[in-house]
Amino acid sequence: MDYSKIESQAKRKQRAEKTVVYLLLTLWAVLVLFPFYWMVLTSIKSYSSYNSEYVPTFFTLHPTFQNYVDAFTAVSLGRYFLNTLVFTLVTTAIMLVVVTLAAFAFARLEFRGKQLMITLFLSLMMIPNELVVITNFVTITNWGLRNTFAGLILPSVTSVFYIYLLKENFEQVPDELYKAAKVDGTSDFKYLRRVMMPICRPTLITITILNVIECWNAYVWPRLITDDARYFLVSNGIQEIRENGFGRENIPAMMAAVVVISLPLIVLFLIFRNKVMAGVARGGTKG
Amino acid sequence: MKIVLEHLTKRFPNRNKKVREDVIAVNDFSFEIPDGQLIGLLGPSGCGKSTTLNLICGLETPSSGKIYFGQDDVTNLPPENRGVGFVFQNYALYPHLTVLENILFPLQNLKGQNRPSKEDMLRRATEAAKLVRIDSLLERRPSELSGGQQQRVAIARALVKMPRVLLLDEPLSNLDARLRLQTREEIRRIQRETKITTVFVTHDQEEAMSISDLIVVMKDGVVQQIGKPQDVYDDPVNLFVSKFLGTPPINVFAGRVRGGQLLLGDDAVLPAPGIPDQEVWAGIRPEGFVPDANGALQCDLIQVEVMGRDTSVVCRHGACEQAIRAIVASEARPNAGETKVRFALKPNKVHLFAKATEARLSA
Amino acid sequence: MKRNWKGWLYLLPAMLFLGFFMVYPLIDVLIYSFEEGYNSASQTYFGVGLYNYSYVLHDPYFLQAVKNTFLLVIITVPLSTGLALLISLGLNSIKPLRNLFQTVYFLPYVTNTLAVGLVFMILFKKTAYTDGMINLLIHAFGGQSVDFIDGPYWAKMFVMSLYTIWVVMPFKILILTSALASVNPDYYRAARVDATPKVRIFTRITLPMISPMIFYLVITGFIGAFKAYSDEVALFGTNLNAAGMNTIVGYVYDMLYGDSGGYPSYASAAALILFAIVLTITCVNLLASKRRPQT
Repeated sequence: MDYSKIESQAKRKQRAEKTVVYLLLTLWAVLVLFPFYWMVLTSIKSYSSYNSEYVPTFFTLHPTFQNYVDAFTAVSLGRYFLNTLVFTLVTTAIMLVVVTLAAFAFARLEFRGKQLMITLFLSLMMIPNELVVITNFVTITNWGLRNTFAGLILPSVTSVFYIYLLKENFEQVPDELYKAAKVDGTSDFKYLRRVMMPICRPTLITITILNVIECWNAYVWPRLITDDARYFLVSNGIQEIRENGFGRENIPAMMAAVVVISLPLIVLFLIFRNKVMAGVARGGTKG
Repeated sequence: MKIVLEHLTKRFPNRNKKVREDVIAVNDFSFEIPDGQLIGLLGPSGCGKSTTLNLICGLETPSSGKIYFGQDDVTNLPPENRGVGFVFQNYALYPHLTVLENILFPLQNLKGQNRPSKEDMLRRATEAAKLVRIDSLLERRPSELSGGQQQRVAIARALVKMPRVLLLDEPLSNLDARLRLQTREEIRRIQRETKITTVFVTHDQEEAMSISDLIVVMKDGVVQQIGKPQDVYDDPVNLFVSKFLGTPPINVFAGRVRGGQLLLGDDAVLPAPGIPDQEVWAGIRPEGFVPDANGALQCDLIQVEVMGRDTSVVCRHGACEQAIRAIVASEARPNAGETKVRFALKPNKVHLFAKATEARLSA
Repeated sequence: MKRNWKGWLYLLPAMLFLGFFMVYPLIDVLIYSFEEGYNSASQTYFGVGLYNYSYVLHDPYFLQAVKNTFLLVIITVPLSTGLALLISLGLNSIKPLRNLFQTVYFLPYVTNTLAVGLVFMILFKKTAYTDGMINLLIHAFGGQSVDFIDGPYWAKMFVMSLYTIWVVMPFKILILTSALASVNPDYYRAARVDATPKVRIFTRITLPMISPMIFYLVITGFIGAFKAYSDEVALFGTNLNAAGMNTIVGYVYDMLYGDSGGYPSYASAAALILFAIVLTITCVNLLASKRRPQT
C-alpha cells in the first residue's frame, strides 16, 4: 500500500471540499447582503443621477444625504417611526404583564377548573390569526377605535404561545422555593416579582425580543385598522410612500426610508445577536 | 500488529485566548506496543491518555513525532485508511439502527473488491455478535439494551471489520460496579481469542491492572512508567506512580535517612543501605505493615475495620498527614480497645522517594 | 377557599383579551360564514346557508389566489428546506468565519419584509428609465429582458418565490444548524474510523438524526407559506387581484376591507376554507412522519 499517496489524496480532497463549502457559503452571503447593499447604495444616489443611469452603477462617487432629508420632510416618516415605537413599546409592556400573570396562575397557583383552562388555552394555539382578524376588524370598528392606538394595540397584546413558553419555564422553578417563600410570609405577587421573574429572565427576554420583532414588522392588522396616515406604522407608511409617496416616483428617497426603517432592528440584532438567535430558535417562526 | 510511537507530541492552542502558550496534551511519548498485547493507558483525567488514543486512531494528527503500524508509517494517514477499530466511551451506537445494522455498518462501507457479498457480511456480523455473546439481541435497538449489552455491540462493531488494532476509550466508565467486573473479564477474553493488539484508556487503576499485559501510567502528558502491572506496582519509579496504583492507596510519610537508617519521626524503622542522608518521602503499602509487639513503628490506633478475610487497621502517626490504613491478616489484628499499636515493616513494601524530585531512591 | 379566586384573578387579563379577540371571533367567524347576504352597514342578513362558500369557491379571484398560494407552497417549501440544509451542513463543517456567516444569514429575519420587498421590486422591475439590475444581468448573459413585476405570470411567480425563500431562510438555517450541532460528534468520529463515505454519513447518520427537525420545518414552512400575504404586497402593491398575484390570505383581507371590501361573510368563508386546507395538510404531514419506517 502506498501510504503517502493516500495521505496526499486525502489532503487534496479535504482542501477541495473546504473550497467548495466556502464558495457556497460566500455565494449565499452575497445573495443575502446584496439587497441591503443595493438599498443603501440607491439611497445615497441623487434623484437625477439615479434616473439618468440606464445601466445602474455598483457604486457612487457623489453620495448625497438629500434623500434622507426628503424622507423625513416630504413624507411623514418621522411620524410613522414614532407611531411604531409607541405601538411596539406599549404592546410589549402590556403583553409582558398579561402573559406573566397568566403563566404564573397556570404554573403555581391552585384553583378549581385549572386543568380545563389550560386545555382551552392550549387548544387556542392552533387558531390562525387570519381566522379571528375578520371579527376583530368588525369589533374595533363598532367600538369606534379605528385610527387609534387602542385599536391597534388591544387585539395584539396576548399570545397563547408566550403564555405556554413562560408557564413551562415557571414550572421548572423548584417547589421548595415557593414553600420557603410561604414560610417567610411572602405574598404570591411578591414571590412572582422577586423570585420567579428573575429566575426566568431568559424566557422573558426571549418573548420580549420575539414580540418586538413582530410589532416592528406588523403590517396586516395596522393596515386594516388605520386609513389615517397619522396613525400609520412603518410597514403601512412604506406602502403609502410607495404608492403615493413623493409626488413622483422617487426611488432613492424611497430607499432612504427603507434604510431608516430597517436600521433599528438590525442594530438591535447586532448588539444582542446571541440572545436574539437563541430566542428565535426556541420559539420563533415567521408567517 | 506492532505499534511504534516515536517522540509523539501533541499541542493544542490554549482555550483561554489571553494565554499565548499552547497546551501540551502529549509530550514526547515513545513506546513500542508488542503485537497481540492488551495495553492499559492509565492516568488521572486530563493527563493526555485520550489524546494518545486519538493519535493512534488518526482522529488527531500529532504536532511532531511518528506512528508506525508494523513497518508502515501511518502518522498522517486518515483514520479510515488505518484499519483500526474504536470503541467510544458512550459507545456511539446509531440509535435508529438495530444491533445487526449497527454491526453491519462498517462492512457496508467497504468498496470494490474488498466488499464482501451480502451473505459474507451477514456471516461475519453474526460471528462478531457470537464472539461478544449478543447474538440473541440482533433485532433490538440500542435503546432497548442495558449498558453492558450496548458496550458489547460497540465492541462487535469495532471487531467486525477485522481491525489491525482495537482501541477502547474508557470502556467501563459508563457501567455499574457489578457489570464493570464482568465486562472487563469479557474484554480480556475477547482480546485473547482474537489476538488483536488492543489499547484501552482508563482512569481506574484497578481496571487497568487487572486485565492489561502492560500498563502505561501518564501524568500531564508525560509518560511516567511502562511495565507489567505487578512490576509497576512493586517497583514504582516515582511518588506519583506509587500513589496512583493500589487500593487502599499507599501511605506516605515524611521521613529522613540518617546513616543508612530510615527515620519516621524519631523511630528508626528500617535499614536503608546505600542511600545518602536526606529528607525523603516514604511510601508504605497497606500490606507492608505487620502487627508486632516489638515492631519499630508505633502508631495511635483509631479504628479496626473487620472485612472478613483481612482486617483494615486505621491509625495515626506524627510523620504522616493522613490517617494510615494498614491491611493485616485477621488473626493478627489488634484488639479494638487498645490505644497504641506497633508494626514491623516489610522492606519490599516500603519505597523511598527524594523529597524534592519525588523520584525513587534505591541503593 | 381564598386561594381559589386568586388564581382566576391572575388569569383575568389574559382571559378578557383572549375572550374578546380570539374566542368570540372564532364563533363569530363561523356564524358570519353561514349568514347569507349580510350587510355590514345595516347589520342584517337574509338567511342561513352555504351560499357564501359557494360564492367564494366560484369566484375567479379566489381560484387564482388558491392557485398562486399552492404554487408558492410547492415551490418554496422544498427548495428553501433543501437549500437551508445544504447551507447548514456547510456552516457546520467550518470554523473560521462561521459566526460571521451565521450573523449575515440571519439578517433577513430581523428586517421589515415590506421594506426589503421594495428593494427586490426595484431590482427586478423594468421601467422607462432602466431595465433594472436583474434584467441587465440577463442581458449580459445574452438573454431577453423580462418585466418581473408587471410582466408574464411565470416571471412574477419567480420573483415571489425567490423573495419568499429569501425571507424564510434565516429561520430554517438557524434551526438546522443547531440541530446539526446537537448530533453527538462521536457518531461522526465512529463513522470516520469505519471509513464511511461522506454521502453515506449524510443519508444514514445525519439525516435520520435530524429528521424530527426537518419535519418540524416542513410543517411550519407549509403553514407559513399558506399564509403568505405581506411579501406579495411588498412586491406587487396592495392591489394584488389586479396583478393576478393574490394569495388566499390576501383574498380574505380584500373581501373585508379596501376597494373591493365590505363583505365579511365572504371573507369568513374564505378564511375557514384556508383553515381547513392548512389543517388537512398538517395532519397529512404528521401522519406521514409517523408512518415512516424507522430505518
